[in-house]
Amino acid sequence: MASHPTARGQRPTPATHARRALVLGYLFFLVVWPVSLVVTRTFGDGNHLAAALQDPAVVFAVQMTVVVAFWAVVINTVFGVGMSLLIVRYDFWGKSVLNTLLDLPLSVSPVVIGLALLLAYGPRDGYFAPVLDAIDLQVIFSVPGIIMATAFVSLPLVIREVVPVLQEIGTEQEQAARSLGAGGWQTFRRITLPSIRWALVYGVVLSLARSLGEFGAVKIVSGNISQQTQTATLVVEEKYLEFERGAAYATSFLLTLIAVAALVIVTVLRPKEERV
Amino acid sequence: MGIEIVGVNKSFGDFVALSDIDLSIPGGGLTALLGPSGGGKSTLLRIIAGLETADSGTIEIEGRDTTNVPAQRRNVGFVFQHYAAFKHMTVAKNVAFGLEIRKRPKAEIARRVAELLELVHLEQFAHRLPAQLSGGQRQRMALARALAIEPSVLLLDEPFGALDAKVRKELRDWLRRLHDGVHVTTVFVTHDQEEALEVADTIVVINDGRIEQVGTPDDLYDKPASDFVLGFLGPVTTLGDRLIRPHDIEISRVEQAAVVDGPITRWTRVGFEIRLEVTPIDTRYAPVQVSVTRTEAHALGLHPGDHVWLRPAVGAPSVVST
Repeated sequence: MASHPTARGQRPTPATHARRALVLGYLFFLVVWPVSLVVTRTFGDGNHLAAALQDPAVVFAVQMTVVVAFWAVVINTVFGVGMSLLIVRYDFWGKSVLNTLLDLPLSVSPVVIGLALLLAYGPRDGYFAPVLDAIDLQVIFSVPGIIMATAFVSLPLVIREVVPVLQEIGTEQEQAARSLGAGGWQTFRRITLPSIRWALVYGVVLSLARSLGEFGAVKIVSGNISQQTQTATLVVEEKYLEFERGAAYATSFLLTLIAVAALVIVTVLRPKEERV
Repeated sequence: MGIEIVGVNKSFGDFVALSDIDLSIPGGGLTALLGPSGGGKSTLLRIIAGLETADSGTIEIEGRDTTNVPAQRRNVGFVFQHYAAFKHMTVAKNVAFGLEIRKRPKAEIARRVAELLELVHLEQFAHRLPAQLSGGQRQRMALARALAIEPSVLLLDEPFGALDAKVRKELRDWLRRLHDGVHVTTVFVTHDQEEALEVADTIVVINDGRIEQVGTPDDLYDKPASDFVLGFLGPVTTLGDRLIRPHDIEISRVEQAAVVDGPITRWTRVGFEIRLEVTPIDTRYAPVQVSVTRTEAHALGLHPGDHVWLRPAVGAPSVVST
C-alpha cells in the first residue's frame, strides 16, 4: 500500500505522509486507543467479563438493552420508511415544519427528551396519567417508557438515510411497475424496498448503535431500578461509581462488541459492486 | 377498435395542459403524437395509461371504458424516455416482471422471456443488470418488458429521446419493423417531426393543449391545416404573404410572373444543398429563404448577387401567414 498513488494520481510527497499521519494520529488518540483501553482493562487483571456475566444485574441490564434497542429499531424502521415516503412523494401543508421537527431528536439533549416524556406520560401528574391509569398501563419507570425514549432519540436516523435515496431513484420505476400490473404493496415490496435497501440497512445499524448507547433520556424515564428498569449504559455508570470498575469495563466491552459486530456484518453483507 | 378519447381536459394549477381533446386512434396502427415540448402530448399519453387522471372526459381502450380503471388494471404497455429499468433486477427478471405479477407458471414465463429477448436481440444479455447495458439496449429491454404482458395498447413516451442520433435512427427503423410483425395498437410521443413522418401511420399534431391536425404523414406534409403544422414539419419561409417551404419555391434569373424579386443576398452551401436568401426590392416583404440543390443552381447559372424572380412551385402547399 505504501506505493499506492494518491487520489489525484500523484506520487506521495512528504506532505502527503504528514497529512495521513495527522489524520491517523487524531483517530488513534481520540477513538482507537481509549476504546482499546476498555478492552484491555476488561481482560487485564483477571477476566472481568466472566465475572460480570455471573452478576445478575449486569446480565439483566444487557438483555434489557437488547430488547429495548430491538423494539426501538423496529418502530423507527417502520415509521422511518413511511415518513420518508410521505416526505419525498407527497406535498402537503406543513411539510417543511415536519422536516425541521424530524431533526429535533438529534439536536435536543436526551435529558430534555427524557424530561418531556416524563411530563407527558408520567404516572401522577403526567398529562395522560388518567388515561394510562384507566387502562392500567405504566409507561414511565417501565419498559414502554424506555422504548419510547430510545425510539425518540434515534427517530431521524432511518429517515435521513432513506430520504436522499428515494429522491434519487424517482418514481418512474414505480410507475413502470404499476403499468405492468403491480399493486401498491407489490410495487413497494418488489421495486421501492429493494432500491432503498442499503440506505435502510445503514439507517437500521445507526439506529441500533444509537439505541444501544442511549443514556440520558433512559436514565430519567426508567427510574434506574436495578434488575427492573436498568439498561446496560445505566449499569456501567452505577458499577463505575460503586467502584466495581471491572463490571463497568466488561459491560462497556459488551456494548462495544454488539455495535462493532453490527457494522462488520453490514460491511460483509454489502455486495461488492455497491462498495464505495 | 383502438383508443377513443372524448372531451378530455387536464390542468396543472393554472396551466392548461389539455383542453377538450377528442381523438380516435385506430386499432393496430402506429400513431405518433407530435408537438413541441410542453404542448400536452406526454400528458395525453399518461392519461391513456392511467398514470395521470383527466379532470374531465372519458378514455376507451379496445371498447372498454377505462376512465376510472387504475393503471395496473388497464393492461397497457408503457415505455419511458429514461427507460425506468428496474435497476436491481437482471434483464430477464425485468422482462418477466409483469408475468410474475400475473402469477403465470414458471415454465411459461421462462419461455416467453426467451422469446421476447430474442425479439429485441438481447438473448445474450439475459443475466446482466441494466447498468451493464447501453441506452439503446436498455430501451429495447423496456420494450420487451412492456410487450411481455401482451398489452392491448403499447404507449411510448419519447422512447428514443435520450439516445444519440445514430442509435435513435436505428431503433426507429427497428420499431417500425417490430410493429409490422406484432400489430399491437401503438402510440408514441415525439417532438421530432422526422421521426413521426418516417415511422407513423397516423400523426396527431398537438400544440398548446389542442389538436392541430390528424392525418397520414402525406396528408400532413402536403395539406397542412395551419401555419403551425406547416412550420412544425420542417423549415418554412415567407414568400409574399404566404408561408411556404424553401424548396417549394421556383427561382429564375429571367424576368417572369413572380411574387417577389430581388438580389441573392446570402449564399450558404450545406453538402448537396445551397441555401439562398433573397431580399425583395419591394421592402414590404421580408427576406425569403430558398433552398436549391447544387445541380439546380448550376443548371440555372445562379451566383451570389444575381437578381432573381421567385414564385411558388406548382402544387406546393402553402398557407396564409398570420
